[in-house]
Amino acid sequence: MKPILLIDFGSTYTKLTAVDVESEQILGTAASYTTVQTDINDGLHNGLALLEKKTGKLDYAECFACSSAAGGLRMVTSGLVPELTSEAAKLASLGAGAKVVGLYSFQLTEDDLEEIRDLKPDIFLLVGGTDGGNTACILHNAEMLAKMKPDFPVVIAGNRTASRECKRLLEGVETYICPNVMPKFGTLNIEPTQKQIREIFLNRIIHAKGLSKASELLSDIMMPTPSAVMQAMELLAEGCEGECGIGDLVAVDVGGATTDVYSIADGMPTAMNTVYKGLMEPFSKRTVEGDIGMRYSVKGILEAAGADRISQISGIPRARVEELVGWLREHTDSVPNGNEELENLDHALASMAIETAVARHAGTMEETYTMMGQTFVQSGKNLTHVKQIIVTGGSLIHTKDTAKIAKYALYSPAQPMSLRPKDADIWVDRTYILAAMGLISNRYPQVALRIMKKELEHYGHSE
Amino acid sequence: METKKKKVLVIGVIGADVHAVGNKILYHAFTEAGFDVVNLGVMVSQEEYISAAIESDADAIVISSLYGQGELDCRGMRDKCNEAGLIGIPLLVGGNIVIGKQTFEDVEKRFKDMGFDRAFPPGTAPETTIAALRELLHMDGENA
Repeated sequence: MKPILLIDFGSTYTKLTAVDVESEQILGTAASYTTVQTDINDGLHNGLALLEKKTGKLDYAECFACSSAAGGLRMVTSGLVPELTSEAAKLASLGAGAKVVGLYSFQLTEDDLEEIRDLKPDIFLLVGGTDGGNTACILHNAEMLAKMKPDFPVVIAGNRTASRECKRLLEGVETYICPNVMPKFGTLNIEPTQKQIREIFLNRIIHAKGLSKASELLSDIMMPTPSAVMQAMELLAEGCEGECGIGDLVAVDVGGATTDVYSIADGMPTAMNTVYKGLMEPFSKRTVEGDIGMRYSVKGILEAAGADRISQISGIPRARVEELVGWLREHTDSVPNGNEELENLDHALASMAIETAVARHAGTMEETYTMMGQTFVQSGKNLTHVKQIIVTGGSLIHTKDTAKIAKYALYSPAQPMSLRPKDADIWVDRTYILAAMGLISNRYPQVALRIMKKELEHYGHSE
Repeated sequence: METKKKKVLVIGVIGADVHAVGNKILYHAFTEAGFDVVNLGVMVSQEEYISAAIESDADAIVISSLYGQGELDCRGMRDKCNEAGLIGIPLLVGGNIVIGKQTFEDVEKRFKDMGFDRAFPPGTAPETTIAALRELLHMDGENA
């Protein structure tokens, strides 16, 4: 037996998973309240005691952790054109597991600087211009940033012609130069920047957030939780040496405050009569819907889907839906607990959260007629061919209707332009193991992959 | 030794026009002539030309139109460029930019009134456009 301890310091709960990498099984899981305000170790030790009751005393060979505690990894980005370099900066940050709390385009103003000061980002990502392209904007923004004497690190990943000059303008600030996130028009190169962001997180931010106090227990690897989940999803889709993956996939995590969507798939056009518009999107893509969540952001679901649809799915009258949604926003720790009305409402809300978040993540296809006949214009990723959907989140785990809710991630004839999967197998992460499996995926990819294949619950095929 | 920065062109076929062949030929001809070319392909909107020109700090925008609707598609392009801060950027247009029996002098005048620096009739050789670009970008005697 070679037990390994995996910790996920969440904003509310510290989740622990004990894995035996020799017999390739989960020994036990436990959760306790995160205590980052006082001493993170208090919550951790409480959790460890709970875990020990289930597993017995274990002598852990290694211990890895990820964290989204203390607000997660908060980033602010600035780019040039909103749909080009600014979008590239957003995709880079989200893919690195960050929470994008501010997104700016064109020249930063003094008002923007005040906002940024209040946002208190952990990292600032400064981009703009293709290589050899516009330098004026990024230089202006570097100069503006320098004025506010930032105490946060700045990653410079814009037009390479201006990188050194930006660094000079930001003298006295912790800066890192990375290759341009959009070196050529429409082409992304976000991995080097993401690697840098994760390194900064590891070296600097975990100390600033009081997480390093737990470090005497940790052997290695500390990353933002979404980054760990992304690694797990990449492994599950693509496989590793000696173990095959399950192929292209879409994963959705419906939380209380946000809904995260991951897609590991190509999704670029293959048909001759399809023209692609906009930025080519990354193979591994993550989006976060900050206004879609089951409790803190429950009003966002109501706004996006409309009270009529929620009423229709839940069978609860429209006025009562609005009343209950307001109540849920005030009582964020409430769970249905057998209350049939709340169960029905949560069912409808989770369905709409999934539909909205996946529709925003997936690309769109528009049909137009030209002199040459019918033509399709695609923007974003085409996920219609994806055959695997993984879902997680309290509202999907604590219900018998998981498959019914997850079906809302699929293509719908009512929204023919939305390129969501046409038919897919539904899998549920009932024990929240995704982040933990991402953490061991570097060292023990085969073990992580086999455990995921075993532990994820199959909910049949939906069309 | 510091090499001189290449002149950057943004090119593409405007509107609901999917004629891809001429666009590819122009891309190769301009690249061969020493320009740095951002090719937006077919079915390009005015906004896409402008966004690409901003990010790539383009020196000129070259618009193709082969399906006869060029005049409609190009209307307001100069104003949008001005609005986006691309003041005075050379705008060139060519292809089958209009349909019907009209003299090209009339067509050229209308496009110039719309703020285009040059308009080219059907069958223009890439060399003609390259020569016009060199003139507009004051590149006499130098490589792009």
